[in-house]
Amino acid sequence: MILKKVNSVQDALKGVKNDMTLMLGGFGLSGIPENAIAELVSMEVKGLTCISNNAGVDDFGLGLLLQKRQIKKMVSSYVGENDEFERQMLSGELDVELIPQGTLAERCRAAQAGFPAIYTPAGYGTEVAEGKETREFDGKMYVLEHAFKADFAFVKAWKGDAAGNLVFKGTARNFNPCMCGAAKITIAEVEELVPVGELDPNQIHMPGIFVQRIFEGEKYEKRIEQRTVRTRE
Amino acid sequence: MLDKNGIAKRIAKEVQDGYYVNLGIGIPTLVANYVREDIEVEFQSENGVLGMGPFPFEGEEDADIINAGKQTITTLPGASFFDSATSFAMIRGQHVDLTILGAMEVSENGDIANWKIPGRMVKGMGGAMDLVASAENIIVAMMHTNKKGESKILKQCSLPLTGVGCVKKIVTNLAVLEVTQNGFKLLERAPGVSVEDIQKATEGTLIVEGNIPEMAV
Repeated sequence: MILKKVNSVQDALKGVKNDMTLMLGGFGLSGIPENAIAELVSMEVKGLTCISNNAGVDDFGLGLLLQKRQIKKMVSSYVGENDEFERQMLSGELDVELIPQGTLAERCRAAQAGFPAIYTPAGYGTEVAEGKETREFDGKMYVLEHAFKADFAFVKAWKGDAAGNLVFKGTARNFNPCMCGAAKITIAEVEELVPVGELDPNQIHMPGIFVQRIFEGEKYEKRIEQRTVRTRE
Repeated sequence: MLDKNGIAKRIAKEVQDGYYVNLGIGIPTLVANYVREDIEVEFQSENGVLGMGPFPFEGEEDADIINAGKQTITTLPGASFFDSATSFAMIRGQHVDLTILGAMEVSENGDIANWKIPGRMVKGMGGAMDLVASAENIIVAMMHTNKKGESKILKQCSLPLTGVGCVKKIVTNLAVLEVTQNGFKLLERAPGVSVEDIQKATEGTLIVEGNIPEMAV
């Protein structure tokens, strides 16, 4: 068996340098690689291009890297709920490429699956398609979107083993499986690293072949962005 | 005139038995509260859940179970979780039967704008561009005019577009409109609203044919 386990977040992030392109899983604050983000902050790497559906909130998630001006460019689909982000974007300090959410997922998956590009109907006729190749299939127009090229992918799963196999929980799955194997090196952090053999092979969401390094996160805050409840009757 | 819940209530009548439905953020989210109880409907949220249930009871919130509005939710029996690529395969692959979303502007040829106000507000399109580019059945839930009283039902959108020629039906606080080749066809009036009121609030071409019924909500 090929072992992917590393003993610390520091070991896991070896090789991350200034000006690299990183993929980070998560939707809002759900399923984000909290420990990797914290380590990126302490490493003080700068000039990063981050591919991530959202940009965190002011004081959590990718917002922590934005505060320290470590991000040069964001590639995202939705960036509301973050004042510092909006300020940096409107002032031109931060380069932002907004793309449709399904296109973001599929550009990750294309990189993972060995496709150089894909055609999508999303964004046709809008500014997202400006300067891009378009083509008609069966009377409908599509936009050519290229696979991402990234140095590292940071994903977060619920459980994993030293072979790199991953199991996700709930909607914390989101972009994480799409990013596994979509960068040169994929680093998975998990809430619980279980002994090899404990995960049922029938129930594994992402096979270890897509993961190069895996570690158990020291702690997870798992912050809720919009706590919404109903009252008991 | 309808309030936001009234708009949601009227749209809920469009939801049919056996539909998989994607609800956008805002008024569309409210539609789930008014769907008839004698039909089977499953709600999809593009962050990766099918079979969404009501909000959790206090103390039962789970950070790992949210909707696309990042609100804590619950799931119903038969629900499933999946990754973002699978989620958008459901959407672009036209497996979702009905998409309900909000808009800042809609034009008479069915264009929709709802993601950006240049220089002022840029939150992003999220999943909206994928949804409108693919769905056969799109209903827009919106207020007929903006806070200044200016029409949002236009000849041409002024804001950056989310999708072109995709909107089929619009439900506003004043009316139900159908997008046709010749303009917005007035189907129903909101309670207490006259055809003249709707005409005044509509900048795009409004087609009024015969007697326009008041909507039942």
